[in-house]
Amino acid sequence: MITTDILIIGAGPTGLFAVFEAGLLKLKCHLIDALPQAGGQCSEIYPKKPIYDIPGFPEVLAGDLVANLMEQIKPFQPGFTLGERAETIEKLEDGSFIVTTNKGTKHHAPIVAIAGGLGSFEPRKPQLENLDKFEDNGVAYIIRNPEVYRNKKVLIAGGGDSALDWAIFLAAIAKEVTLVHRRNEFRGALDSVEKVQELKNLGKINLITPAEVVALQGSANLTAVVLEKTDTKEQMTIQTDNFIPLFGLSPKLGPIADWGLEIEKNAIKVDNTLDYQTNIPGIYAVGDVNTYPGKLKLILCGFHEATLMCQSAYQRIHPDKKYVMKYTTVGGVTGFDGSKKEAPKAVVKSID
Amino acid sequence: MSDVKIKITDRDGVLHEIDAPTDMNMNLMEVVRSYELAPEGTIGICGGMAMCASCQCYVKSDHDLPEKSDDEEAMLAEAFNVEDNSRLGCQLHITEDLEGLEVELAPEEV
Repeated sequence: MITTDILIIGAGPTGLFAVFEAGLLKLKCHLIDALPQAGGQCSEIYPKKPIYDIPGFPEVLAGDLVANLMEQIKPFQPGFTLGERAETIEKLEDGSFIVTTNKGTKHHAPIVAIAGGLGSFEPRKPQLENLDKFEDNGVAYIIRNPEVYRNKKVLIAGGGDSALDWAIFLAAIAKEVTLVHRRNEFRGALDSVEKVQELKNLGKINLITPAEVVALQGSANLTAVVLEKTDTKEQMTIQTDNFIPLFGLSPKLGPIADWGLEIEKNAIKVDNTLDYQTNIPGIYAVGDVNTYPGKLKLILCGFHEATLMCQSAYQRIHPDKKYVMKYTTVGGVTGFDGSKKEAPKAVVKSID
Repeated sequence: MSDVKIKITDRDGVLHEIDAPTDMNMNLMEVVRSYELAPEGTIGICGGMAMCASCQCYVKSDHDLPEKSDDEEAMLAEAFNVEDNSRLGCQLHITEDLEGLEVELAPEEV
């Protein structure tokens, strides 16, 4: 069981900055994120794109903003559970919470702050009849253990880096690899595209473009897929044991939607007049995941929300204490790692 | 300043005839959102970076639209329910050239 003061769900910019504000109040944080790295959308969707409305930064790349936030919160030693999605929440008698991830990792904290952005990133699934039925029976969206495909027939669909890279990788171990894409052009690193071309010429990858998977066949397990050529509408059936659609990720609010929180417009309703608390005391929602009258989904607004949330969390954890806000310029920053940053003291000395 | 008239068929098949401003630096996705023709959270998810296809629409009129950028082309190659007349609303800037444009919103991806 992981224990902490504030359990933050979502390690995007808002969740990361909450660690800093909590740290100033001597509260420890732990973050859960479904993605394998911190930074949320900034790292996953647009790391190389510039942002122009972070106060004090005329221009900053999203990836650099995340790197800076990680540096800023380092003294407060946040814990991370990455690559796992927060699945269930349980309220204990003392008012604290246990949040369990899809992999069974348990987290215990008196405060839960949902900074989930657009939700957790899930694989985009093609719209095919019977798709659910074949999930785990031949259809997979993520390759966890490539060994599963040894000496098997595999059909990959998609035109991006992951489709190219896995086609290359599996060509070495699978019995047969077919790569299907709706366009003739692939979008990926030049090496990958060239490597696939080479493997195709060697007959190691069966490339079918422009085409799309239109139907799945099989009784219990997948045995074949039906393709349709995008240009000629000609259909063909390919015998295969595995179908791996790799169409990237899209965000879904996911299991959080079932936590009993008030949801409006795919976002969590919070009290914006005070502390961004949800309808469940002790659970807060900050950043893009929340909504209130006049809400703007901006990183800078998330920072503000996270700051006020931490003050309220402090009061819940220490109802008997009164916190007097101190400027970092005055009080400095004392990390849990023993580090101390402070403004240089002026000297009082006479000049002869 | 001037507005252009645009006909938008929403995901329930309802036709809306709306005025879109040409002087507010808006794109078609933002116009759809401002008129609330699709619920928040189901359109413009990536914020207009051509990185999701939630604002995909089918262009029904024969307007001469600007060429697709590489980003838009790449996104449409991965999206679902794509037709020859598919475009991403976020990449269509509202200008006088769009007067009389007719579009239909593509179904929401589930």
